[in-house]
Amino acid sequence: MIIIRLIDFLRSHLRSLVIFCASALLLLVVGDWLLVDKTDAHTAPEKLFGFWALFGFLSCVAIIFLSKWFGHLGIMKPEEYYDHE
Amino acid sequence: MTMSEIWFHPSLILLLGAVLVPLLRGTARNVLLLAVPTLAFFLVMSSQPGVYGVVRFLDWDLTFGRVDRLSQVFGYIMTLMCILGSLYALHVKNPLEHVAAWTYVAGSLGVIYAGDFLVLLLFWEMMAFSSVFLIWLRRDRESVGAGYRYLLVHVAGGVLLLSGILLRYQATGGDLSFGQLDVSHPDLSTWLILAGFILNAAVPPLHAWLPDAYSAATVTGSIFLCAFTTKTAVYALCRGFAGMEILLVLGTVMALYGVVYAVLENDARRLLAYHIISQVGYMVAGVGLGSQMAINGVCAHAFAHILYKGLLFMGTGSVLHMTGKSKFTELGGLYRKMPWTFIFTLIGGLSISAFPLFSGFVSKSMIVAAGFEQHQLWVGFLLMVASAGTFLHTGLKVPYFIWFGRNNCSTETWERAAEPPWNMGAAMTVTALLCIGIGCYTPYLYTMLPFPVEYQPYTAYHVTETLQILLFTGAGFFLFLKKLEPQPTISLDMDWFYRMGGRHVARFARGPVQTADSFVGELYRRCGMAWMMVSARGSARFDRQAIDGVVDGLALAVRSLGSKLRHAQTRQVQVNIVSTVAVIVLLLLLYVLADVLVR
Repeated sequence: MIIIRLIDFLRSHLRSLVIFCASALLLLVVGDWLLVDKTDAHTAPEKLFGFWALFGFLSCVAIIFLSKWFGHLGIMKPEEYYDHE
Repeated sequence: MTMSEIWFHPSLILLLGAVLVPLLRGTARNVLLLAVPTLAFFLVMSSQPGVYGVVRFLDWDLTFGRVDRLSQVFGYIMTLMCILGSLYALHVKNPLEHVAAWTYVAGSLGVIYAGDFLVLLLFWEMMAFSSVFLIWLRRDRESVGAGYRYLLVHVAGGVLLLSGILLRYQATGGDLSFGQLDVSHPDLSTWLILAGFILNAAVPPLHAWLPDAYSAATVTGSIFLCAFTTKTAVYALCRGFAGMEILLVLGTVMALYGVVYAVLENDARRLLAYHIISQVGYMVAGVGLGSQMAINGVCAHAFAHILYKGLLFMGTGSVLHMTGKSKFTELGGLYRKMPWTFIFTLIGGLSISAFPLFSGFVSKSMIVAAGFEQHQLWVGFLLMVASAGTFLHTGLKVPYFIWFGRNNCSTETWERAAEPPWNMGAAMTVTALLCIGIGCYTPYLYTMLPFPVEYQPYTAYHVTETLQILLFTGAGFFLFLKKLEPQPTISLDMDWFYRMGGRHVARFARGPVQTADSFVGELYRRCGMAWMMVSARGSARFDRQAIDGVVDGLALAVRSLGSKLRHAQTRQVQVNIVSTVAVIVLLLLLYVLADVLVR
């Protein structure tokens, strides 16, 4: 099956895949900075180099860490929590 | 009664179809299961704008069919989803499940085409009381409890809505028509109606019923559930509450709330349920913005959402159907076993994350852009944060921990895992193609929206902006993968208050009952047992030789009778609950009648 073969191929070349993805990310940020017309931007900071890249990354980190912190305040319980009388 | 013109209500077709389902078997039923929703879909498509189905009832004209651009776009997607859901559920043998699903869709369409509050309420309750069977039919302990909680919450919501309608009826001197309410000077009736609506839209703190119920529903039931209740509420909000500022705040909070809980979630379907809350948050915020562009965005996003969320529930539902598991800690590494299901779920994930060329990209951004355009910068930016969270969970966490990651499958799970039956695969294929089609060819969706669209999603800036946010979120995901490893926990939510609160009430009530019970038990032990022991000893010999066989048979009979009784009893309670809705409607009618007589 072609999907499985493709996935297995990518998994066996993980290092190259990571390098490829990292270069793509870099290219995206640089391309955005050099080539894209930003007159449509809603606010001034959006015109800075890599603004949305940083925004995405920090959002992701904030969501992970704040949610985990919130969960460990006592929100996360064992699965049988509601079974106890 | 007079019908203003010939117009077939699509709900009527579905209800008639629902009556026929139990009468047919095999191929005939399969044909019916596809033909009826398709017919309803074509009825919606061929409807011309206008007011139909006006029925004179006592003092007023009830309007069953208000067809305009707003109701049409919702009617279109609801009936389309009904076709897809019925195709996905084609293999389900129990006719009750199809009957419940179609009655539920009929309720949703009834609300969408209702021109006044009375008709709206009727169908609103019909939705709650039919959809609960999609939860109960899973037939395990968890789903029975979840179903009751779901119903109680929705009955409470129905009462809020009813009180609002009654107050409004009194205040306006008998006006029941359902249209834009005065959102800049809301009175108590407006607040109560709003509360009824936002409970169904799962706006926190009135949201906990959603993840509780949807994760406990049947595999095919959840496909229907995830589409109809919340989006019908979104329609009602669009119709009545456009521009109400508090919705802007609530919607933004919602969008983030669902994301936070999704991080903690271990059950794939519960995670998706939390993301319904998050996505409906965009729509509620859009209603709060209230501009033509925002309302267009809300309708577009509801349309796209119904499809991609349906697809996601179909994908995880297929895993549950085949393996019996939906928790990340019991799955993993399934790409070799279910590659197509993986691809479909991924397409759903990319659509909900608003990747360019997928449906979410052309719908979600319309709401965000409307926010920026109305200079609600914080709303725009916070919704962007929620977008990152959406990709993090639905685009990455769900596919990764089911199809890749550590293989947590038991031998049995691994052996059972395979691609689902053909009808499930077909439903996923069509839905996936629609998700991509909407994302690639924007006029399909945009020409259906209530207002003319000037918005263009495919600008270089918007594409690179979105790609940067999403791809760098992806980078964050893989960097902090360890942090996101699923844990076998559940997360407390607002339902804690009524689940634990209910327990205290039960404990209090149990006190006197238990005392009386143990008194009777003691009496029986002292008086009854003594005599029984004597006679038992006497008959023991005879018993050993002759009666044993008879008793064994009798015991079996008693047990089976007891089990039947138990089921009958549960059913009895369920019937009682269904009759509650009749009482609500009856009370309303009595009120109206009294009002007429007093005048």
